[in-house]
Amino acid sequence: MSDTAQQTGLAGASPAKPTRREIYEASVRRRSNRIALFSTLSVIVAIVLLIPLAPGWEAVQRSFFNGRVFAATFPGLAEAFLLNVMIFAWSAPLIALTGLAIALCRDARAPALFPLRMFGVAYTDIFRGLPVVLVIYIVGFGIPGLGLPRPWNSPYIWGTLALVLVYSAYVAEVIRSGIDSIHQSQRSAAASLGLSDGDTMRFVVLPQAIRNVVPANMNLFIALQKDVALLSFIGPVEIFRQAGVYKSLYANFTPYVGAALIFLALTVPATRYADYLMNKQNKQRS
Amino acid sequence: MKLLTTSAVALVLSASTALAMSHANCAAEKTLTEGTLTIATGNPAYYPWVMNDAPESGEGFEAAVAYAIAGKMGFDADAVTWVRTSFDEAIQPGPKNFDFNMQQYSITPERDEMVDFSLPYYTSAMAVLTTQSVVEAGATATIESLKGLKWGAVATTTALPILNNVIQPESDALLYNDNADVNAAIMAGQIDAALYDLPTALYLSAVVVDGGALLGQFPADQSQTPDQFGLLMENGNPLKECVDAAISELTESGELAAIEAQWLAEATGVPVVE
Repeated sequence: MSDTAQQTGLAGASPAKPTRREIYEASVRRRSNRIALFSTLSVIVAIVLLIPLAPGWEAVQRSFFNGRVFAATFPGLAEAFLLNVMIFAWSAPLIALTGLAIALCRDARAPALFPLRMFGVAYTDIFRGLPVVLVIYIVGFGIPGLGLPRPWNSPYIWGTLALVLVYSAYVAEVIRSGIDSIHQSQRSAAASLGLSDGDTMRFVVLPQAIRNVVPANMNLFIALQKDVALLSFIGPVEIFRQAGVYKSLYANFTPYVGAALIFLALTVPATRYADYLMNKQNKQRS
Repeated sequence: MKLLTTSAVALVLSASTALAMSHANCAAEKTLTEGTLTIATGNPAYYPWVMNDAPESGEGFEAAVAYAIAGKMGFDADAVTWVRTSFDEAIQPGPKNFDFNMQQYSITPERDEMVDFSLPYYTSAMAVLTTQSVVEAGATATIESLKGLKWGAVATTTALPILNNVIQPESDALLYNDNADVNAAIMAGQIDAALYDLPTALYLSAVVVDGGALLGQFPADQSQTPDQFGLLMENGNPLKECVDAAISELTESGELAAIEAQWLAEATGVPVVE
């Protein structure tokens, strides 16, 4: 960045006339662009022309890209997706809070709080190590099976708890890495100003730590958006289950493609935004 | 002259053999492996359709029907091999690893556009599986009473359309992957009742679900769109006509009814939902 600025500064004596080096660099750029365009186009043409030549293409098209089935099922899928969004909306804040709490447990430094520290370690070890589906089954069927009355045995409540348990373990680790990234000198400086340990954490460490790990957490929440679909295992009819119902009714996989498109419409912008945040952060750091 | 007689005899002989072998010939060169019939069932295959998850024994309604059909098509029991598929594998595009697939597939016009079905080999009543405690709480075999229950069903079955069209419950049904998950939800009290085909419901209420009860049934002959099971085949499978011929022969001779009487329990004790 600064190199180019210097160059322009040097070349500033004759602004109308580009240097030989600039002309050369521009021609290299144009050439790379032409090659990139050509290679992209040939890949697209190859895909569009060659795949339909495969002998089974018609059968695949009928099973996965069936316009009639797509039109018949898409509105129902979009409606079912609202449930995904709702589950996500109430899970995400719970996960963020629990994750923060667990991360703070792991960072407890007073000797008397050692049990808390151990709990934090055990919690992240266990819930990061278990498959999400298993936790959903155990919590979603097991706890209500103890004999809770309705509505307290709802799969929404316990399914959400399962998601919170698993994802807060991941979020806790990410936040902890953020806390660890803050140099000890910050804490020492805060202590010398007379801040208590709690205040140091709250006003000095956490604000910097959390800002550092926002992009990493964005990735986790994109993953969560997809894993909400796993709640369908214990009953709720969200988009993935609805697609499965349509699949079975029509003996056709097109509804899954419809569901995938709806997921992409949400996750692609979210991923791009996470990338943007990450790039911005990298630039600020360098 | 001698040559003529010999060829005439040969012609007569071959004609009579052809007549005797007509069933076997129907399936000739139409199966995956010449001389064997490959039949698919579920993994696991459930009671009372297949006993002990062992279709090779020929025990259980579908296993027995499969061997009867194979026999009519000219295949000995030795010439039948079994494979296991899920529903999704059965409907995936591309070559199949079975000649026909038999796991209580309901015949529907929508499905028929993607795969081929044989003639039906069984027409099932639907039944309401619930628990004693729900019955004691006042649930009865009337549509009015059923509407108020919290329902569950297996997502890949045709129980769901029947549930939504006939019972029209007040709250949306919860859906599950398989029978085991529905049972877990019933036992956890998350749902009051589930809709199954009658033979499955009879088995589950008697053996699997603690305190299970059959609240009522929707008899097949009273339904406008009865749930009929057919063999599932790849779209355009040439074997379909042979399978259909075998099934209609079994139906007309009463053999199919006999197999049904042998393996599927009488359900006269289950009240009809009004």
